[in-house]
Amino acid sequence: MFDLTGKYALVTGASGGIGGAIAKALHDAGATVGLSGTREEPLKQLAGELGERAHVLPCNLSDPEAVEALPKQAAEAMGGLDILVNNAGITRDQIFMRMSDEDWQSVIDVNLTATMRLCRGVMRPMMKARWGRIINISSIVGATGNPGQVNYAASKAGMVGLTKSIAYEVASRGITANCVAPGFIATAMTDKLNDDQKDAINKQIPAARMGTPEEIAAAVLYLASPEAGYVTGSTLHVNGGMAML
Amino acid sequence: MSDVADRVKKIVVEHLGVEEDKVVESASFIDDLGADSLDTVELVMAFEEEFGIEIPDDAAETIQTFGDAVKFIKEAT
Repeated sequence: MFDLTGKYALVTGASGGIGGAIAKALHDAGATVGLSGTREEPLKQLAGELGERAHVLPCNLSDPEAVEALPKQAAEAMGGLDILVNNAGITRDQIFMRMSDEDWQSVIDVNLTATMRLCRGVMRPMMKARWGRIINISSIVGATGNPGQVNYAASKAGMVGLTKSIAYEVASRGITANCVAPGFIATAMTDKLNDDQKDAINKQIPAARMGTPEEIAAAVLYLASPEAGYVTGSTLHVNGGMAML
Repeated sequence: MSDVADRVKKIVVEHLGVEEDKVVESASFIDDLGADSLDTVELVMAFEEEFGIEIPDDAAETIQTFGDAVKFIKEAT
């Protein structure tokens, strides 16, 4: 249904479960994808699985200079840059009273500041092309809050405000900016939970199960598509009804 | 009128969709030619491309009028 043939997409955090699924969905729809992440090996593996139209672009998002350089590198490697998916994120969970400045800063740097820098870096090519899609992966906790995640929740809520403001500024230029806010998604991180913990989580979810990375990827694919051209500044919640926002 | 001025005028006319005779030396992009702040950024991008120069952000902010643009570009090329 959604055709991204001839489009170029940069996905950060592509070595993770959700990022990999996003890259795969965009690639399946015909896009050329730039796979970014800190760990090169899983990126290479994913690029190998995808075959043609896949480029590996390692980048440490806590290094401001590397982040500044990434959009240009991606555009040069792929031949253009039409779609940016800011998916990479880190957690440094700690109850607030014990949260250090470092725990706070590192999460804000990677999740929020790197997102801002990458958005700024893709503006020029998108403005020139009069077409662009920015999709920032926020989180349910950005809207609801979560104990132990003051830093993470702040960064994810910050992404929403950032995205809406960008959406305002560039809507007249054919560029949209939206967020996808996942709830509990089954990834390597949630695999570590025991059955009791999983049951407790599932009880809070009307759909009574965790989501899959592919279900997040489908939301991203929609927002990246030409069909979503009139959707901007919105947050698409994909959470099985866990928070109906 | 110099070649630089002609080329700058052409970009301004095309981008902002204004009459050529409105684009005079003192014409302010925003106050007289109807540009918004994003238009001014795009004009600077178009000048950079046309003349193969780099216009840093702090310099771009000083380019308010058609005359400012021509003067800056002449000095930069």
